[in-house]
Amino acid sequence: MSNTIVLQANHITKSFHDPVTISVLKEITFSIAEGEFVSVTGKSGCGKSTLLYILSTMDTDFEGDLFIGGVKMKGKTEQELAKVRNQKIGFVFQFHYLLNEFTALENIMLPGLKLGSYSEAEVKEQAMDKLRKLDIEKLAGKKANQLSGGEKQRVAIARALINEPSIIMCDEPTGNLDKINSLKVFDIFKKLAEDNHQTLLIVTHDMEFAQNTHRIIEMEDGRIIRQ
Amino acid sequence: MNLLLIIRIAKSLLVARWKQTLVAAIGVTFGITMFIALLGFMTGLNDLLDGLILNRTAHIRLFNEIKPNQNQPINSAREFKAGYNFIRSIKSGSIRQEIYNSNAIIEALRKDGRVTGIAPKITAQVFFNDGAIDITGVINGIDAQAESNLFHFGEYVTTGNPLDVNNVSNSIILGKGLAAKLLANVGDVVYVTTVKQERFALKVVGFFQSGLLELDKVQSYASIGTTQKILGKPTNYVTDIQLKVTDIELAPSIAKEYAHLFQIDAEDIQTANSQFETGSFVRSLISYAVGIVLLIVAGFGIYNILNMMIYEKMDSIAILKATGFSGSDVSRIFMVIALSIGLFGGVLGLLFGFLLSFMIDQIPFNTASLPTIKTYPINYNPIFYFIGSSFSLVTTYIAGWSPARKASRVDPVIIIRGK
Repeated sequence: MSNTIVLQANHITKSFHDPVTISVLKEITFSIAEGEFVSVTGKSGCGKSTLLYILSTMDTDFEGDLFIGGVKMKGKTEQELAKVRNQKIGFVFQFHYLLNEFTALENIMLPGLKLGSYSEAEVKEQAMDKLRKLDIEKLAGKKANQLSGGEKQRVAIARALINEPSIIMCDEPTGNLDKINSLKVFDIFKKLAEDNHQTLLIVTHDMEFAQNTHRIIEMEDGRIIRQ
Repeated sequence: MNLLLIIRIAKSLLVARWKQTLVAAIGVTFGITMFIALLGFMTGLNDLLDGLILNRTAHIRLFNEIKPNQNQPINSAREFKAGYNFIRSIKSGSIRQEIYNSNAIIEALRKDGRVTGIAPKITAQVFFNDGAIDITGVINGIDAQAESNLFHFGEYVTTGNPLDVNNVSNSIILGKGLAAKLLANVGDVVYVTTVKQERFALKVVGFFQSGLLELDKVQSYASIGTTQKILGKPTNYVTDIQLKVTDIELAPSIAKEYAHLFQIDAEDIQTANSQFETGSFVRSLISYAVGIVLLIVAGFGIYNILNMMIYEKMDSIAILKATGFSGSDVSRIFMVIALSIGLFGGVLGLLFGFLLSFMIDQIPFNTASLPTIKTYPINYNPIFYFIGSSFSLVTTYIAGWSPARKASRVDPVIIIRGK
C-alpha cells in the first residue's frame, strides 16, 4: 500500500452567522492516504456532516485549506469543482438519491457520460461490471423508484464507483437501512477497501459500523478528539 | 457529448412529467395558433380594404389640372416687378384638359425601367338620358386590356366581357347603380348627351360593380376610341396617363420628376390616398399587439410549470450537482426543457394556425359591395409563420431563463442536509 495522500485538510474552520455566529468546525486538520478505510463518528450535531460537505467541495464557505490529490480546492470556480466531484469523488448519501426518471443502469452511467472519457458503450460495459461486482446486475433495467431501500443504496455505491474515483465519501450510508441491508452495505465497503484498495471516508454515528473500519476519527463539538 | 447528455436528461425529465409538459405546450400552441389566424385574417381584411381603392388607383397619375395660370402678365411687366401684385378674380385660362404630345410622353415612359405599366385614359362628363330626365355621369375612356392588367378592371365587371368595349363599336359598360337607374340591360342602347349638347347612342355590353356604391352610380367605361368620338376629339386626345411603378414607395419622387420633365400635373398614390395607409397600419398594430399578448400569457404558463418542476426536482438537481454536473449544466437542462416546450408547442401552433386560417378562408362572406369576394379573406404570408415561430422560441427562452437560473443556484448541501 503506497502512502500517497488523497485528501488533506488544513485548519478547516467554519461558522454559521445566522442569526448569531456559531462556530461549527474548529481547526480541523487531518489527512487520508490512498487505500485507507476511514470513518468519522460523533454525536448528532458535532459537525461531522458539515465537515463531509466541505471535504466534498460542495460547501465552499469555510476557512482553512483543502487539498484533494494534492491540488488546492480554494479559489477554484464552481465548474472546476463540479469536475473534481465528477472525476475524483464518489458519493453515497443516507437517502439514496437516485434519479427516478432513469433506470438503475442509467443512474450509474450518468457520471461516466458526464466525464466523457469513454464512449457510451464502454461506460455501459463499465456500469454493468460494477453491478456484477455488487451482485445486483438483475436490477439494471429497473426504474429507480421500483427498487427497495437496500437495492437503491447498492446502486448508489455502483454509481459512486463508475469514474474510478480516488475517494468515496459516504454520509450515513446505513442510516436509513435495516440490520440485514446495513450489513450487506458494510460488506461491500469492506470488500472495496480490502480487495480494491479503494479509499473510503464514511461519516456515521453507528459505532458498531465505525469499529469495523480501519481508522476512526471521532469528533465532538466541531473538533477532532481522537484519530 | 455533454450537450447530448444534457438533452437526454432534459428529455427524461420532460417525459416523466408529460402531462405538465403538454399543458405548457398547449399554452404555446394556442398562442401561436391565434397569432397566425388573427394576423392572417386581419391582414387579409386589410389587403381587401386597401385593394378596394389601391388596386384601382394608379401609382402616379399624369394630367392637366384646370387652374389659373401661374404666370400672370402683370408679373412680367417691368414697372410692376418691384412689388407684390394682388390680382382679383383671376379666371382659369383656356387650358386644355388633354395632355400635350401624349404619344411622345407615352413613348418616353415605356423606356423608363421604373414604370411597369401604362394605361391612358379619357374622362368625359356626360348626361345619360332617361326619358325626360338627365342623369349626370362620367364615361371613362380606357384601354380595357391595359386597365385589366394594371387595375384588375376585369374582376369588377360582373356581367359581360370587359374586352367587349374594345371589340364592339360604340359600346359601354355601366356601373351597376347607374344601370339600375337607367333600367338598362345588356344589349340595350342608352343615350348620352355631351356637355357640348351632342347626342350619342351607346350599346350596353356589361355591368361593373366596384364595391363603392357612389362610384357605381355615376361611372361607366367605354373604349378610348368611342370616348374620343363622343367628345369629338382626334385620336391622340388623352386626358390622363396612369402609371404603375416598380416600387410604390418611390411614387412621390418619380411623380415630382415627371411633373418637371413633362410640364404636367402628376399625383402620386400616397398623396391621393394617405388615409388608407394610416388605417392599415393601425389595424396591423392592433393584431400584432393581441398576438404578442397571447404569447406572453403562454410564456407565463411555461414559467410557472418550470418553477414547479424545479421544486419537485430539487433532489435530482442536488444529486446531479453532487455527481459532477455544474450549475451551468443544470441551467442548460432546464433551458432545453423550456425550449423544447416552445419548439413543440410552436410547431403545433403553426400547423393549427394554418388550419384555422384555412377554415376561416372557407366561411362564406358575401357582400353586395364586394362582388369578387366569396369567402373571408386570409393572408397566408410566410412572414407571420416566421414571426410566430421565432417569437414562441423567444418567449419560452425568456420564460425558462429565470427558473433555469434558480435551478443552477440550488445548493446541494441544503437539499441533502435538509432531508
